[in-house]
Formats: sequence, structure tokens, C-alpha cells
Amino acid sequence: MKTVFKRPQTMTEKQMHYCPGCTHGVIHRLAAEVIDELDIQDKTIGIAPVGCAVFAYDYWDLDMHQAAHGRAPAVATGIKRVHPDNVVFTYQGDGDLAAIGTAEIVHAAARGEKVTVLFVNNTIYGMTGGQLAPTTLVGQKSTTTPFGRDENHSGYPVKMTEMLSVLDGVSYAARVSVHNPANILKAKKAIKKAFKAQINKDGFSIVEILSTCPTNWGISPIEAVKWLEKNMIPYFPLGEFKVPEEVAR
Amino acid sequence: MGKVLMKGNEALAEAAIIGGCKFFFGYPITPQNEIPEYMAKRLPEVGGTFVQAESEVSAINMVYGAAGAGARVMTSSSSPGISLKQEGISYIAGAELPCVIVNMVRGGPGLGNIAPAQSDYFQATKGGGHGDYRVIVFGPASVQELVDITMEAFEIADRYRNPVMILGDGILGQMMEPVEFKTTEIRSAPEKPWATTGARGRQRNIINSLYIIPEDLEQFCQKLQDKYEAVAKREKRYESYFADDAEIIFAAYGSTARICKAVVDQARQEGIKAGLIRPISLWPFPDEPFRRAGEYAKAFLAVEMSTGQMVEDVRLAVNGHKPVYFYGRTGGMIPAKSQLYEEMKKILEGGNQ
Repeated sequence: MKTVFKRPQTMTEKQMHYCPGCTHGVIHRLAAEVIDELDIQDKTIGIAPVGCAVFAYDYWDLDMHQAAHGRAPAVATGIKRVHPDNVVFTYQGDGDLAAIGTAEIVHAAARGEKVTVLFVNNTIYGMTGGQLAPTTLVGQKSTTTPFGRDENHSGYPVKMTEMLSVLDGVSYAARVSVHNPANILKAKKAIKKAFKAQINKDGFSIVEILSTCPTNWGISPIEAVKWLEKNMIPYFPLGEFKVPEEVAR
Repeated sequence: MGKVLMKGNEALAEAAIIGGCKFFFGYPITPQNEIPEYMAKRLPEVGGTFVQAESEVSAINMVYGAAGAGARVMTSSSSPGISLKQEGISYIAGAELPCVIVNMVRGGPGLGNIAPAQSDYFQATKGGGHGDYRVIVFGPASVQELVDITMEAFEIADRYRNPVMILGDGILGQMMEPVEFKTTEIRSAPEKPWATTGARGRQRNIINSLYIIPEDLEQFCQKLQDKYEAVAKREKRYESYFADDAEIIFAAYGSTARICKAVVDQARQEGIKAGLIRPISLWPFPDEPFRRAGEYAKAFLAVEMSTGQMVEDVRLAVNGHKPVYFYGRTGGMIPAKSQLYEEMKKILEGGNQ
């Protein structure tokens, strides 16, 4: 019988702990498929964040390094400077990357560290139970904005990828989504370009991936993908903000 | 190689190079800036890399990454910067990674000032960051000792897979002294089969300090404890200066110990049986010489550039057998020989504790 679908080689057989309807699993798989296709499994080092994806080191069959909250880009810098010919990537949520780790991500990007960042934005702190994130939309309820985010009190969501894309050290910056199959395919293409930019030593590369959190949004998985499309994409527009010439083709 | 006249910070940096340090991540803070400046110039000459981070928090996390990747790596800072590094130091200890951290201690708390102090003893030896962990801490007292200990620090860090801290102070970092580099041959790091290098031809490696199951974390903490006990057994270091028959024994480390030595010299000339026990390893603390001296000395006088931190370890070691007095100056003020002599006389004449 012909095999039409299988577990990527870069995924372990460990069962994931993610909630039903969470898109972390999809994103993990996309990264694994890209690593398989680029044939870089044995030279890739991943950095797991603090947050829901803290156990990422259990799911990718790679050398992995677990980092403190927000510090993954600094840890990645240390690793990449020691092993410049390896492929180094971080996997970070929006609380990790856009709040506590703002300094680390901005300066890793500014230095043009040749690492790849997979930035998962679900507009909420998942692991700690649904608090206000730097990316929570205006009006969106969280456990610490129980009446919805009031811009006069809590300010506005941060558009990290647009901000980072203006830095000269950044070679590739894109925002994608994984709320339906067509967008999942686009997301994979972007992740592949980001890794290629690193391999070509173009500079820092980042892919922001809009993701769902049905558990903390308090809605069903099906409602969650619809909510993402209706509410997140208008505020966080999809697309490539910066592409180096050789990976554009 | 003969003696050369070098500033403490620069001598330390060169010693790190010889010790095999290939990576340095730091952030400017006085009074230790000569260390990153020296490394920025010197590391590229030996095929190493210097990166100036955006903060101390980031610098220590770069150390965390590079240490996990198998490199000999160092960072340096001074008190407020070391406070910022504590999160990373806890992770490094929790992931059992080797690295060397230098603290050229300045006045505190808060922004304090940039003058020499010894007020980070608690932070260095009692944890600093969160969790049950230990950092191996050395308190050198001369530029020569700074050099010798720094070279060896990388070996010790690798031997135990543990961070090693060199606790200096502004005096030690800034002063110039003749120093001899006993070797100029650059050492290299041992094989590190646990490091993240890309899992080519082997099982993957994971650098981690997370143990979500309480039974697992307890077991890991016990394993760390066993390691610390082994360190305590093997790595206690001290200098005994006329302490074997002394009636009054000074307890001091680092720059302060040198002033105490001068007081001991003067006292001995005058027929007073004074001595000094100078801890060189601050953790593990060399308790045994103090315990022994508690049997024959009349009293101890701990001297620090703090309001009294190491004195607690001296009291634990002496364990109530004899009085342990304290004299401290803070804020960058340095104890004068004459003041220490007066304190000693007061104690010998039965002064109050």
C-alpha cells in the first residue's frame, strides 16, 4: 500500500499535551516537515520557551535547549555563536516574545543573529490560564481584563513582526495563520523561507503564526478558527513584510 | 615568563583566555569594564567571540546557550548587574552547565556606588537566584591569585558541570600589581557529549531544568545536593597566616584580608599573638580551620567591607565555642589598619561584643 501521510522524521512519537483545537500541534508539524525537507535534522538546535510550548523538546527529535521566559533569542544567540554552521531556531509565544522577552527579540533581530524565530500569537497567556497578553485585541476578554481590553487602561496590541521588519538585521519577516488548510500550506512556505534565509546566512528571520486558544478564549475549536479569521486577521494582517532576494524566488 | 605589571581586570581577562574561554557575553557596568573591553580585542585573536548584550539578563542567557552548546564561556559584571543575572544563574545551575561568572563587587544596595565593597557575599554564597542550588565561589586577594583562580575556574566548572563565580571587588579589579602567568598555553575544553551540537550520529541532547513531576524534581534536587557535597569535600580552600598559635584570629577574605595581614604583622612585632584565617573558597566555606581554632584562640574578629555577612559563616564554624566579633565598613569605605588594630586591642582587653 502506498504511504500518503506519515509522521515527519523530526517528530518524536510522544503524545502531545496540547488542548483540543489548539494549533500548536499543527505548527510543530510544519516546522518538522520543513526540517525534514531541508535535510537539516542532524544540525538543527531548537529552543523551547516558557509557556504552553515548554515541552516542545519532547516533540521534536532534535537537540533542544529550554530557555527562561522571554530569553530564547539570547539563548539562541549563545548557541549560534558557538555553532555558526548549525541551524538554530526558537519557538515562542506572544507573552514570551512580545512582553517579557521584548528586549531579547529586538536586539537579536538588530544584531542580525542568523537564527529563525517561530512566533506563535494566540492573543492570550495560555499556560497560566488566559491573562491579558501584549497581543490581546481591544475589547477581548481575558482573566485580567474581565470586561474586555480597554485601550485607555491597557493600551493596544503590539504588532511585533511589523516592528521587527524595519530593522536592518532582519532578512525575512512574515505573518501567517493556521486557521484553515490553505493558510496552513502558506504558513509552511513561510517557515521554509525563514529557515532558508538562515541557511543562506542572510540574517535574522521570523514567522509570526496566528494561532487559536479555544480553552482560554472559552469557545469551541470550530468557533475558534472562525474567531481568529474574523477578529485577528483584520488587526494582524497576513503577508510578508521583508523577503531576501534569493529566497523570494 | 617573568612578571608583568597588570590591572586586575585585564589580568583576569587574559587568564580567562589561557583558561580556554572562547566566548564572552557582557554588558557595561563600572568597575569591571576593562574585562569586556579586553575580551572584545583579545577573543578574536584566539578564534573566540565577544558579544555585547543588550542587558545583563540577556548576557547571562547567551552564556546559558553557549555553555549548553559545549563552549568555555564567561561573563562579568558588578553588583547591580549580577542581581539581574540571577535568573540565568539559577537556570544554568538547574541545567548543570559549566561557566564562569565574575562579580567585581561595588557598593549597594540599589544603585549604591562604584566604590569597592564586599556586600554581595550573601548573594554569591547563599543562592542569589531561586531554588536549591549552589555556585562555587572564590574570593581572591591579589591580582596573582585572581589570575591563578580564573585559569582554574574553567576546569572546576567543567569538572562539576556547575557555574563558578569569582567574587572580586573594585580594589582588586582596578589596582595594578606584578603578576606571573605560570603558563601561556591556551587550554581547551574537554569533550562534552551532553552538549547541543546537532544530533549527528547520536541520540539527541536536551538542556533543561524542568521536571514537572514532583518525584522527579525531588530526585534531581537530591542529585544536585550529592554533587554539592562532593564539591564541599574537595574544594575548600583557605590561607592560614600565623593562625596556628594565635589568641586573636582575624577572619577576612579578598582585599580586606590584606589589611588584616598588615595588622597581624604589626601585632606580632609587638608580641601579640594575632593571626588570620583567609577563606579563598567562599562556597564551599572552609569551616574546619575556624572550628579547630575555636579550641585554642581566645576570640575571632571578622572584618568585611559590609555590615556583616561572612561573619555568619565564621560564627557557624566556631559554633559558640569562642566569641566572634565583627568590624565592617560599607559604602566604599575601606577599613584602615589603625582601626583594625584598635578593634583587636579592645577585644584582647575584654571589650564588648
